[in-house]
Amino acid sequence: MLKQAIQNLGNRTLEGIWRIGYATRFFVTILLHSGTAFRRFGLTIREMYFSGVLSLIIILVSGLFVGMVLGLQGYETLQTFGSEEALGILVALSLVRELGPVVAALLFASRAGSAITAEIGLMKATEQLSAMEMMAVDPIARVVAPRFWAGVISMPLLAALFSAMGIFGGYLVGVQLIGVDEGLFWSQMRSSVDFEQDILNGVIKSVVFGIAITAIALYEGYDAPPTAEGVSGATTRTVVASSLAVLALDFVLTAFMFRGLN
Amino acid sequence: MNKTVLDLWVGLFVIAGIAALLFLALKVGSMSTVNSTDSYEVIARFENIGGLKARAPVKSAGVVVGRVTDVRFDNETYEAAVTLRLDKRYAFPKDTSATIMTSGLLGEQYIGLEAGGDSQKLKDKDRILITQDAVVLENLIGQFLYGKAQEGAPQ
Repeated sequence: MLKQAIQNLGNRTLEGIWRIGYATRFFVTILLHSGTAFRRFGLTIREMYFSGVLSLIIILVSGLFVGMVLGLQGYETLQTFGSEEALGILVALSLVRELGPVVAALLFASRAGSAITAEIGLMKATEQLSAMEMMAVDPIARVVAPRFWAGVISMPLLAALFSAMGIFGGYLVGVQLIGVDEGLFWSQMRSSVDFEQDILNGVIKSVVFGIAITAIALYEGYDAPPTAEGVSGATTRTVVASSLAVLALDFVLTAFMFRGLN
Repeated sequence: MNKTVLDLWVGLFVIAGIAALLFLALKVGSMSTVNSTDSYEVIARFENIGGLKARAPVKSAGVVVGRVTDVRFDNETYEAAVTLRLDKRYAFPKDTSATIMTSGLLGEQYIGLEAGGDSQKLKDKDRILITQDAVVLENLIGQFLYGKAQEGAPQ
């Protein structure tokens, strides 16, 4: 009984280490085979359509609503201190620094990441990847790398759109609905949001998230057992693992970027 | 390679994304760091800077004319050495005074410059000689209580 448990534990640990090593090798292979993704940029553009353009609606709508909620809640809180005009700062800083990159990344992971895993998992299950290898076409260069770069390029654009839409939502609620002074809203925002410290760091964050999400999604798809059950399990793992990765990376990046600020 | 509808959509997406970035950069954020070519540095020493931090604004007559770039402790004079980076468009007389002020009761602290009457202007790496420390609320309350206690003391 005990021996069995210890055996299981050892087995799982070994498997975990094996998977980490395999994932690292997979990531390096993607980077090494990226040439095709740029030489035949049409492939990457095609994937940008599926992971970027098709995620637009969910990103824009959620951004608008998140901004509107921030406007409402922020106003309620700031009102008690008599500083409603700081609403612009609150909405803009929380969106640009944190919510924009993180929420956009979480949505991207569940919208595009899961689709990538399912697609590659199915390609593997139906032996399309093996067929490509038979025809001397490298599936990593032809299938995996364009998807990787498409995700890495799309993610910062989506995060920027999310933030811009959120600020617009905060403006709609704060200025148009509640009646915070419009000039103060924008000027206070401009005086407190710094281009390098806040906006550029937000962009860096979203690029890192893009790399993490697409790498996890591609790996899970490529590694999925070639069965219906295996593909569905891999899709679930993609969403769970990439969401956790985004949140953990966000903490690390924030600690690096904003700790020395005050 | 022929152009497809797909390319159009991706193009629109990229343009929208870049437009959003531009919106964030131009409308929402601003460059607070004055670059070194059109600015000059002066140093001011204070005995107590209160809660002044790097990146705090330097204002004269209420207008932002520069930023605090560095706050250090000088171990020889036991004072705080504050480096101010001022915009080159604004020249101040040599006997300008620097005061640490607070915007509102609980707001951020900034440095207020009050121009003097000297005909010579402040140059790069100059030192502002006349400074006034931050008002420490605890000291103020202490003084007030002390005064009150003396008032009430029996003659």
